[in-house]
Amino acid sequence: MATIRFTNVSKSFGKVVALDDVSFEVEDGEYVCVLGPTGSGKTTLLKLIAGLLNPDHGTITFDGRPVNKVSAQNRNAVYVPQQYALFPHLTVLQNVAFGPLARGAPPAAALETASKTLELVRLTWRASAFPSELSGGMQQRVALARGLASGAGLLLLDEPLGALDARLRLDLRHKLRDLVKNSGFTAIHVTHDQDEAMSVGDEIIVLRNGKIQDHGPPRRVYRKPSNIFVANLIGNASFLEGLVDSTVGETAIIELRGGLTVQAPSKNLTLTDPVILALRKERLRISCERLDLDNLFKGEVRAVRFLGNSREYLIRVPNGLIIASRTFGGNERAEYAVGDQVLAGFLEGDAMVFGYPAKGLREELEIE
Amino acid sequence: MPELDIREVSKTFGDIRALSDVTLHVEDKQYVCILGPSGCGKSTLIRCVAGILTPDSGQILLDGNSIERTPIEDRRIGYVFQDIALFPHMSVRSNLSYGLAVRRAPSNEIATVTNEMLDLINMRERARSYPSELSGGAQQKVAVGRAIATGSHLFLLDEPLGALDALVRAELRYELRKLASDLGLTVLHVTHDQEEALSIADLVVIMKSGHIVEVGKPSEIYHSPRRLFTENFVGETNLLEGTIVEVVGDGCVVNVKGRKIGAPRGEKSLGQKIVLCIRPEFVALSKPNNFGWSGVVTQVTFLGSHNRYVVDVDGGIEIVAAESTVEYSTGFRIGERVSVHVENSAHMLLFDYPAEGLESEISLE
Amino acid sequence: MKATKPSVSASHSIASRLLLNLERLSAKTTTTKVVYSTAILFFLLIVITPAIAGIIVQLFSIPRLSMSAEIWVKMRQAVIWSFVIGLSVSSLDVLAGIPVAWLIVRRRGRLTTILDSLVDIPFVVPTVALGFSILEFWSNGGGIAQFFGSPYAVPPGAVLIALLHFAFSFPVIVRVMVGEFLNYRETYEVAARTLGASAFTAVRTVTLPILRPGILAAFLLALARSLSETGATIIVAGTFETGTVFIYDAHASNLTSAVVIASLVMIVSSLVVFALIKLLAPRIRVAPLKVWPNLERKLSKPPTVALRNSVSLIVFLLFVLLPCLFIALPAIQAASSETVTEALSGIGPWKAFWSSMFLSYLVAVLATLVNIVSGLPLAILIARNRFGTRLAKIIDALVDLPIVVPSLALGVSLNFFWQNVSALPEFWVIVLAHTTITYSYFVRTMAASIQGIAPELEDAATTLGGLPLRVFRRITLPLTKYSLLSGAILVFTRSVDETGATSAVAVTLKTAPILLVSWIRGTVSVTPAERALGVGFLVATSFLALVFLRLIAMRQSTKVG
Repeated sequence: MATIRFTNVSKSFGKVVALDDVSFEVEDGEYVCVLGPTGSGKTTLLKLIAGLLNPDHGTITFDGRPVNKVSAQNRNAVYVPQQYALFPHLTVLQNVAFGPLARGAPPAAALETASKTLELVRLTWRASAFPSELSGGMQQRVALARGLASGAGLLLLDEPLGALDARLRLDLRHKLRDLVKNSGFTAIHVTHDQDEAMSVGDEIIVLRNGKIQDHGPPRRVYRKPSNIFVANLIGNASFLEGLVDSTVGETAIIELRGGLTVQAPSKNLTLTDPVILALRKERLRISCERLDLDNLFKGEVRAVRFLGNSREYLIRVPNGLIIASRTFGGNERAEYAVGDQVLAGFLEGDAMVFGYPAKGLREELEIE
Repeated sequence: MPELDIREVSKTFGDIRALSDVTLHVEDKQYVCILGPSGCGKSTLIRCVAGILTPDSGQILLDGNSIERTPIEDRRIGYVFQDIALFPHMSVRSNLSYGLAVRRAPSNEIATVTNEMLDLINMRERARSYPSELSGGAQQKVAVGRAIATGSHLFLLDEPLGALDALVRAELRYELRKLASDLGLTVLHVTHDQEEALSIADLVVIMKSGHIVEVGKPSEIYHSPRRLFTENFVGETNLLEGTIVEVVGDGCVVNVKGRKIGAPRGEKSLGQKIVLCIRPEFVALSKPNNFGWSGVVTQVTFLGSHNRYVVDVDGGIEIVAAESTVEYSTGFRIGERVSVHVENSAHMLLFDYPAEGLESEISLE
Repeated sequence: MKATKPSVSASHSIASRLLLNLERLSAKTTTTKVVYSTAILFFLLIVITPAIAGIIVQLFSIPRLSMSAEIWVKMRQAVIWSFVIGLSVSSLDVLAGIPVAWLIVRRRGRLTTILDSLVDIPFVVPTVALGFSILEFWSNGGGIAQFFGSPYAVPPGAVLIALLHFAFSFPVIVRVMVGEFLNYRETYEVAARTLGASAFTAVRTVTLPILRPGILAAFLLALARSLSETGATIIVAGTFETGTVFIYDAHASNLTSAVVIASLVMIVSSLVVFALIKLLAPRIRVAPLKVWPNLERKLSKPPTVALRNSVSLIVFLLFVLLPCLFIALPAIQAASSETVTEALSGIGPWKAFWSSMFLSYLVAVLATLVNIVSGLPLAILIARNRFGTRLAKIIDALVDLPIVVPSLALGVSLNFFWQNVSALPEFWVIVLAHTTITYSYFVRTMAASIQGIAPELEDAATTLGGLPLRVFRRITLPLTKYSLLSGAILVFTRSVDETGATSAVAVTLKTAPILLVSWIRGTVSVTPAERALGVGFLVATSFLALVFLRLIAMRQSTKVG
């Protein structure tokens, strides 16, 4: 297909700024997930790539060539809307054959391509059904097949699994990715579900209010998020306010609100800087016995939440703060109960330190 | 003290049996989540309780009184809709006070209660806003406040967080639960989001195709379900078809496609065809050794707090394993050969092989 | 997999080769611009300008006009009566129509499907026939008067006009409200019930306020029809004069100044009244909720509901259905007499009758075709905001102009324009007048239908490689085919119906309804049997044409698949 590059692209609708100075690159063959809350500009992004919208500023290039003069039907970028937009008056087979037919293939050849693609998604047996007769999961597969059959090379998926049950989403997300990859397509998959983004994306782009917050492979974005918003959107974390007390080499001593002091990695921090310490919930370990950790304190279990394959404990530490701890796995009976006195702690390297956001912590973390 | 008794309620639409003899008892102040795939009848059930639909047969009793013939407006049951349904032509304040206004409550009472609600949901400053100006989460809070303002103690929530972003859902569900506890409400909360149900329910009801499959506490439903459907539907699990080839006291040996594995016997007998289930977080991977099953890693997914592996065990068995990234910082790579074993066999569950076949039992329809 | 631009290869048939080339053409921006500009130009030059220019020309000619004080008073009274009748009848129609629409939507069943079709009857019967039927039913000796043993039950005049207008505006209200109820999210109402509101309270405080824009639209449509209608009103007016009757009489008596001034007054007043209602009504703030729980509870109970339904149905039967169908009796009577043979052989007055029928249907066909071709691009423009939202909004507002202005007054303006501007033959002036009058119906229907198609469908089709013509042909058109035919049917029937503008524009040529008006009013003397038969023929042919068109529509919607 082609390498897609956005350079300083902006798009507004009246007074609403949908995309603000966005720059990124997607390589040929990549499966990229764009993650962001509703209204962050994800759909606008897809429509700009598809050619359904034109940017107000900036350039979009495919393989280095600007595409602003290339119309949507010639860009080889298939847009798959959130509700699939299957043509209700055409059968499944006719839907899938639309792309090849539109591109000038003779009817016989187009139907042949369509049949082959339907086999890929295992819906040959429903070829003469109408979209309204299919379940949500099947409709999703037809929409995918329609995109693959077109031979375009780039799939723009707008919340492809959003309309499905939680359980179905889990089942289909890997199948979706495998199908796309095996067909040699590039894909940009928009979602608001971070588990989904992490599971299937080669790269994740995080959008918020039209601006890119972070861009990188799932592991990197998870371990070293670029800001607090990303840290909150991907993975689960506790956020603690504090002030830098002192720095010793690569370590900073931070005094948390309430009086607790912790060690954290220092990155260009100066004394008395107000900071936010973010800690992934699974990185706060709790135990009844001593733990070999840089930061360790006494705590009391205030709440226990069962999440299936993990449990979350809310621990109140001496300065009155409540920090969350997640343990993966676990038995039917919780290890700790409300009121238990435990030891809680984390490694210095697990703490993520950020400058205090100008708008305040709540604003920064707000999703909507 | 709303105690809800649903007795053998059935409802058919054309030739679709939406509900078949559903029986459920909900205690006062209980928070019950009804979990199930699309089309299982969960929404139909609570609509029958609310009076929006009339059951074809069966009884619904509220505090011992039969309410099937009571019109919706007299049932004093709070209802929160999936699509929120705030009155678009009324402000937040008017929406909140609607329930009291239609009962012609005195205006000072209306004012007091409405202000209480605004404080409860933290929306004093937006009292004059209109629904279209609010975010999804804010709208849903107003919808909940509107229902609470009527003073009902029994609440029916139809996928109340369904229209919201994943992260907002995760935050709001605990607020919802706390509200219910603080106000002493009895709640029937319908959802298809398992984590939601497991994290906030006192009791989880699993439904499929118009039937109740199983009822239990969240950790019971997850760790020791009685039905195979439940084990497969809630969370992720490995399903291994096999036969019991040896019986040793409390344990047994199961033959899965030629490979042997030890498991707790329960009440199963020698020669019985069973389905052995083990959840991914209880499957351990290690560098190749002599214990366990040998296989090759075919898929690796990083999920933040844990890694999920798909292992192709020699002999055609696919096993999913999950390991915490905290305890096992070095993971395994695609193509790497590993050994698969179960540390604690107490986590293995044995189910009778379903009479209508495995596919049929676990299918979502 | 590399994708290619559409290529024409040997394996394509000639037809598909042509289509592919047309598609390539459609993708060029110049083509789109040409198509849309032509449509807009046509709209502005042929539809809007003659109407407005005519009015302006009239304005300038006013200083040269004079009217006696006596006629001035008469005119003023007539115009006021038009609005009094229009506003009150439309209000009554809304009150009577909503319960019937409710029944049709909420109580699905065999009976209500029949009711649904029955409601359309006044639509199907040409208004002139309706006028005659109502005259016979309420007024003349053969109708209801029989029961009262008096020559008239309701003499021709204001009340009879009100009864007529009530009858023909009724289906308009019901159709619009049925559409509104179908699109309405019942969840709102259910939510209100779960909060403790009885059914009546829920509808009163939640459903109807939310549907206010729709109710208002229905009201304004009924009002427009009432102010506009000429032919039937004349039949039942007797010596009474509403605005349109006044203009008609003045026109017949060649009092040009009276005609010009009166039509101007009607146009301006209509525009003002409509603008006022459209602007003010949405602003009426909903007063804080006042509920009478016990009373409204009683009103929600089944016996009260049954009572309400019975009353609505009786009103419908007595004031709408029976009066409309009544014409059948004398028509059938006349049909079984020798008048039929005379009629069919074209003797006497029948010669003129058949030529006017032919004229009416020819004009209708032409007007429909012109409307479809010129209106489609405009409908797309409005629905999809092509070329920007501002242009779409302007066109949107202008499209309604011909409806708001009473057709007779419009006809006068058109006449002025075409007489002064060019020497267009009368036939074509009539066709253009009909096109102008009916333009909005088609554009509105199509625009609403296109808007109803999710833009995502066209987006997906485009990115799959579909050129504009292909997307239109294979996606948009099939999904709106039903509306296209409905719109065409609306235009066709309205054209056959048309009396107002035609009477101003036609001097020598007579369309069927105009001819029948002269028969009924007595300006051309015919026997009662001939009268009844003539009207009967008009109704019968109208029916047949409608059934024929509906069959085509149904075949099309089943063919799509």
